Amino acid sequence: MKKASILMILGPLFLLGLYFLPLWNIMLGAPQYPEPLGMNIHINGIRGVSEFDIQNIDGLNHYIGMRTLPKDEDMWEFSAFPIIVGGMVALGVFIGLLGFFKKLNYKWFWGWFILMSVLGALGMYDFNAWMVDYGTNLDPNAIMKLTNLDGTPISYKPPLLGHVKMLNFDVTSMPASGAWFMFVGMTLIFIAGYLGWKNSKSAPFLDTAE
Amino acid sequence: MKKIRYSTLAFLGLALVFASCNDAGKSSNGALSSSAAEKVYVAPGEQDEYYAFLSGGYSGNLTVYGLPSGRMFKEIPVFSQFPTSGYGYSEETKPMLNTSFGFIPWDDLHHPDISQTNGELDGRWVFVNGNNTPRIARVSLSTFETEEIIEVPNSAGNHSSSFITENTEYVVAGTRFSVPVPQRDMPINEYKGNFKGALSFISVAPEDGRMNLEFQVLMPGFNYDLSHPGRGKSHGWFFFSTYNTEEANSLLEVMASQNDKDFIAAVNWQKIEEYVKNGGGTKMPANYAHNVYDEESHTGISTMKKEVITVDPTMVPGSIYFLPTPKSPHGCDVNPTGEYIIGSGKLSADITVHSFDKMLAAIEGEKFDGEAYGIPVLNFEEVLAGTVKSGGLGPLHTEFDGKGNAYTTFFISSEVVKWNVGTWEVVDRKPTYYSVGHLMIPGGNSRKPFGKYVVAMNKITKDRYLPTGPEMEHSAQIYDISGEKMELLYDFPTHGEPHYAAGCPAELLKPNSKKIYRLDENKHKYATLGPNDARVEREGNEVHIYMSTIRSHFTPDNIEGVKVGDKVYFHITNQEQDFDVPHGFSIIGQNTSEILVMPGQTKTSVWEPKRVGVWPFYCTDFCSALHQEMQGYVRVSPTNSNIELSWSVGE
Repeated sequence: MKKASILMILGPLFLLGLYFLPLWNIMLGAPQYPEPLGMNIHINGIRGVSEFDIQNIDGLNHYIGMRTLPKDEDMWEFSAFPIIVGGMVALGVFIGLLGFFKKLNYKWFWGWFILMSVLGALGMYDFNAWMVDYGTNLDPNAIMKLTNLDGTPISYKPPLLGHVKMLNFDVTSMPASGAWFMFVGMTLIFIAGYLGWKNSKSAPFLDTAE
Repeated sequence: MKKIRYSTLAFLGLALVFASCNDAGKSSNGALSSSAAEKVYVAPGEQDEYYAFLSGGYSGNLTVYGLPSGRMFKEIPVFSQFPTSGYGYSEETKPMLNTSFGFIPWDDLHHPDISQTNGELDGRWVFVNGNNTPRIARVSLSTFETEEIIEVPNSAGNHSSSFITENTEYVVAGTRFSVPVPQRDMPINEYKGNFKGALSFISVAPEDGRMNLEFQVLMPGFNYDLSHPGRGKSHGWFFFSTYNTEEANSLLEVMASQNDKDFIAAVNWQKIEEYVKNGGGTKMPANYAHNVYDEESHTGISTMKKEVITVDPTMVPGSIYFLPTPKSPHGCDVNPTGEYIIGSGKLSADITVHSFDKMLAAIEGEKFDGEAYGIPVLNFEEVLAGTVKSGGLGPLHTEFDGKGNAYTTFFISSEVVKWNVGTWEVVDRKPTYYSVGHLMIPGGNSRKPFGKYVVAMNKITKDRYLPTGPEMEHSAQIYDISGEKMELLYDFPTHGEPHYAAGCPAELLKPNSKKIYRLDENKHKYATLGPNDARVEREGNEVHIYMSTIRSHFTPDNIEGVKVGDKVYFHITNQEQDFDVPHGFSIIGQNTSEILVMPGQTKTSVWEPKRVGVWPFYCTDFCSALHQEMQGYVRVSPTNSNIELSWSVGE
């Protein structure tokens, strides 16, 4: 249980990467953009991959009537997410420490893992909903009003994950370094839960005596 | 005394016959030409290995090429108005062409030289000279734009220029035509002994490249034709070829070809610099323009300078010596080690090579053959390192490959001759098409040449390309010089008339080439730093329109309240911060060119409306899918109307 608790303490610390590394990345390449435009989604806002990418993406988006990309203060998520992540880190480390001092058992580790997974899924859902809104809720006076073959307006929603061809642009959406740090942390916590569980099964009565 | 004239002409005829025989005998075969094709082929999407900056001669501009492909990338306006960008037409760039003679829209651009540190190319700036109204310009190699032009007083035919010393301490400008100094009303035939040849030393500030005319050496009234700096051990010296030591003032083709030997002047500039620093020299009233373009304000400012320090060389003993050099030398080139000074007697078959060490020894040993106007003339044999018996005729310019070889152009016999520096033996020769002037090896006049290609720049084109009437672009050839024998790879046309070129590895410049100007660094007096800043203001009959552009509209695009007789300034700021998205501007009936405004830049175009009406303006650069929509109107009312000034967009 000692080993598992140490993992439980370390795991959440990987989430701290989200404070300075991007969670998600969307790249937009086109023949005219051999160096693609890109945006990094951080927990506290959207940043350009290169300095002027946001301005240039907005510049292109105005042709299809898309709203400009949100500033940090435009979305509640960008103030809530840092608090949620911070809270989860603190909670995780706290659970780990209590585990280390044998004040609670591995089920709390699972508990944290499930809570974080639910929050993550909600975050993804929210992110996707935002992209749907941005990609479909367009200015009716847009310069270019393009439709599918069936006459319905084209959606400019970027993919949540993977690549899609959108007019002249290749749009690729992938988890970024902050997310990979988070996945590593989550994996550690998963292992912590597993070790704790194995430990309790093999030597249920020795658990506290380890 | 030499007797050329008709016998020389006969010889020329003979040489041409031989040259053309050569040509026919060495026509390439299929296998060879296909390997040549591979060597110059830069596949779509790939980039060249070297930059080459070719002088545009009478175009007044500098052209940027890629090697080995011979593709032209850009024409940089320097001494000439250039409607393509609005250079010399926009309010910001008009001051760049100001001189003591007023605004001059043209010059004859000659010798590009890239800045150096420790004798090696550093890729900060390229310097060029205006030959006709003497000027030196500095072009930035991050923006590829002209940043500074300084006029050179007391000079005429600014030809032995704009060569730099090995740490870019000075850019040097010598006069080809001697003139009265100061200028005065006097009989032309009193030239001899009265005219002066000014050699100007212009310092270059290491941090920003700003130029300042530090001193002028007033030499005897010869023609100072070309020059090059000493390097390595000869750093601190500068070498100038001369012709017309006869000091003829008429029919120079004959009168200035009488002396068997003219001179290469060896100038110890460090000695003169010290003399001037210690208060030497004479302050002479002068009047010359110094024009500086500021990258942040996007604006050129011209100031007139009123004084220059002149130095009488006889007052600084030991600072200047004459090296006798046969047959009206043209090119004056120094090899990478700095030991050899090559004088190309342009009426000769031979190339004369002087030794720097022998020169120092001769000075030490006082091996003089008299003097000219108080300047010691060194004994020819005492300074001579060797003579290249070329077998060609009319040597002009020499470059080096860094592997112990020199390459000299021969104008009359139309060829490039490769010879060994040290044995003076000819290694190889290849014809050029036709009558080559300059040649260029990237870094070929520095301590560290990149000896892979040589470019020969020819004066005569004739049948090399599809004919385009009597006037044709000049032709260049690129040769592979990586092997023992030169291999002709490719022909390409050049713009204007290249008088020399400078080249460097692409990697030296590519990372520093600017993509945009930052809007947040734009300090233009009339900048519009966002569409909300756009406005129109009237000051008397001047109307200032603060206009912003972004794909694909002007703000404002409807303007009313302008009157006939107004002077309307369109101050256009391009809001884009994206690479390669310029916007242009022009309005009907404008007595000037359009302007092209780069991302983050502000430029001003003037319009003086003469007729009542509603007049459209538009973007001249196909900026975007909605480029055709990028337009607007100005309503022009009669002079006495009281329509209020108003402006709008999207209303």
